[in-house]
Amino acid sequence: MKKRIIFALTCAVAMALPVFDAQAEVDKHARNLAGSCAACHGTNGSNKSGMPILAGMDKALFVTALKEFKSGARPATVMQHHAKGYTDEEFELLADFFAAQKISKKH
Amino acid sequence: MSINRRDFLKMTVAGIAVGAFPGIAIAGSELLKKKGQRVVIVGGGFGGATAAKYIRDWSKNKIEVVLIERNAMFISCPMSNTVLGGSRTINDLTRSYDALKKKHGVKLVQGEVTAIDPEKQTVMLANGHLSYDRLIVAPGVDFMFDQIEGLDAKVADTSIPHAWKAGTQTVALRKQMESMVDGGVFAISIPKAPYRCPPGPYERACQVAHYLKNNKPKSKVLILDANPDITSKKGLFMAAWNELYPGMVEYRPNAAVLKVDVAGKIAKTEFDDVKADVLNIIPPMKAGAVASMAGVVGADGRWCAVDFITYESKVHKNIHVIGDAVAAALPKSGHMATSQAKICAAAVVEMLQGKSPDQNPAIVNTCYSMVSNTEAVHVANVFRFNTEKQAMVSADGGGVSGKRSAEEGAFANFWLNTILDDVLG
Ligand code: HEC
Repeated sequence: MKKRIIFALTCAVAMALPVFDAQAEVDKHARNLAGSCAACHGTNGSNKSGMPILAGMDKALFVTALKEFKSGARPATVMQHHAKGYTDEEFELLADFFAAQKISKKH
Repeated sequence: MSINRRDFLKMTVAGIAVGAFPGIAIAGSELLKKKGQRVVIVGGGFGGATAAKYIRDWSKNKIEVVLIERNAMFISCPMSNTVLGGSRTINDLTRSYDALKKKHGVKLVQGEVTAIDPEKQTVMLANGHLSYDRLIVAPGVDFMFDQIEGLDAKVADTSIPHAWKAGTQTVALRKQMESMVDGGVFAISIPKAPYRCPPGPYERACQVAHYLKNNKPKSKVLILDANPDITSKKGLFMAAWNELYPGMVEYRPNAAVLKVDVAGKIAKTEFDDVKADVLNIIPPMKAGAVASMAGVVGADGRWCAVDFITYESKVHKNIHVIGDAVAAALPKSGHMATSQAKICAAAVVEMLQGKSPDQNPAIVNTCYSMVSNTEAVHVANVFRFNTEKQAMVSADGGGVSGKRSAEEGAFANFWLNTILDDVLG
């Protein structure tokens, strides 16, 4: 919550914009972060190619996976290079975002 | 969401010289009646197609998106080196724009832009014009043939293919290799960085060597690199050349090709004349011509400076630039173009809705390279917005594969199918 307020304030001050809905803004930030993962995991975390599916993934499992990729505790081909680029707070945001997605059969 | 059956307009291509604004005449009539807010996107590659889909989705289909693309079909440049190696055909890399139209309501205009007026916010085509609230320029790269004496677009089309845009030249290069004598030399010339797809030329050397090893084992691959060293995944590529194709790949640094003798298939560097049986010259590159039409190319005459929160041009308001054309310390790759496109799409939607865009973007790039028909290596990095530098900066922890593997070869194939579904599905 604290981060959301700081973020909203930063934007409001830096951009001299009217105060906006902080909640909606944070969700979009998570969505935007998750956007880069789609190349491998599919739009909103669903794919039919064989990559792990992130849509609907349990939040705790998701966060643990990323933390272990980051520390090296979990062997990985490529995820260590991604996980190390994000903060633990961002893992939470990403986990919330993907947990809320439904698996799409089309992808 | 209603889909207009006539939204797909077929346009004839006219080679009209581009006038500089101001004073551009508005060509013909408005091609599609503009009702609400409209984003026009020029270029339907990885970046442009992604921006089209995501602006539609993230605006809940409220913002009209018109995508102008010269080609009827999408052909993936990533993985197109495997057409040379033989594990794919060009058809395997070809996709249609149908889902963008039918599922997402993107209006597709097949045609060629002839001019852009940033003040009147209008894009001109041969048979009319399109006005916009915001324009996204996603032109990819054009080749600077004038940097190499003897080379031009026609020579590339007919005898010395660059094959650096996937399509007919990729197939032509494969055919030249197939008709090469055993014992021949396949020479690849690499331009100075930055160029599209940093590891691509070295991957190509692997794919060519893979074909030659199985079909013409006395032949050689000669790499003439304008750069002082291998620019990407050096250790992994050298290991692949030495272990998978021993004695077949020769690498020469600081070997910029300055001149070609087309008939003799001779590439001339500062020091040498190199006679090849197949000559593959990848010329230096710059932002695609549409960027010049929009007047958004920087002082270097090559790339476009943008604000990394919105990808809005530093030159013109309401014009955004994404993908290879952007001036940045970001790799010019398909994945990177899609990552930028999403940040740009999000910002465009917010700005058109009078809201503030995400001030803290972080994006990812991954490039897989196939070093044989089954094994791959990768480079992966997260790039974060740095407020002080007003630039995207590589985060700690990125890097390359420990070693080449068939496991990553499988992931590379999954990646291709997934990213194509994300961009076009
Ligand atoms: C280049 C492709 C690629 C990208 C981009 C990518 N991933 Fe992954 N991801 C993989 C692969 C491959 C695995 C399997 C582990 C490995 O080999 O690295 C994986 C595994 C995972 C897992 C574990 C899934 C499970 O079921 O255990 C999570 C969670 C995950 N990724 C999250 C993310 C997030 C979040 C992002 C974006 C920030 C992301 N990935 C971006 C390829 C990718």
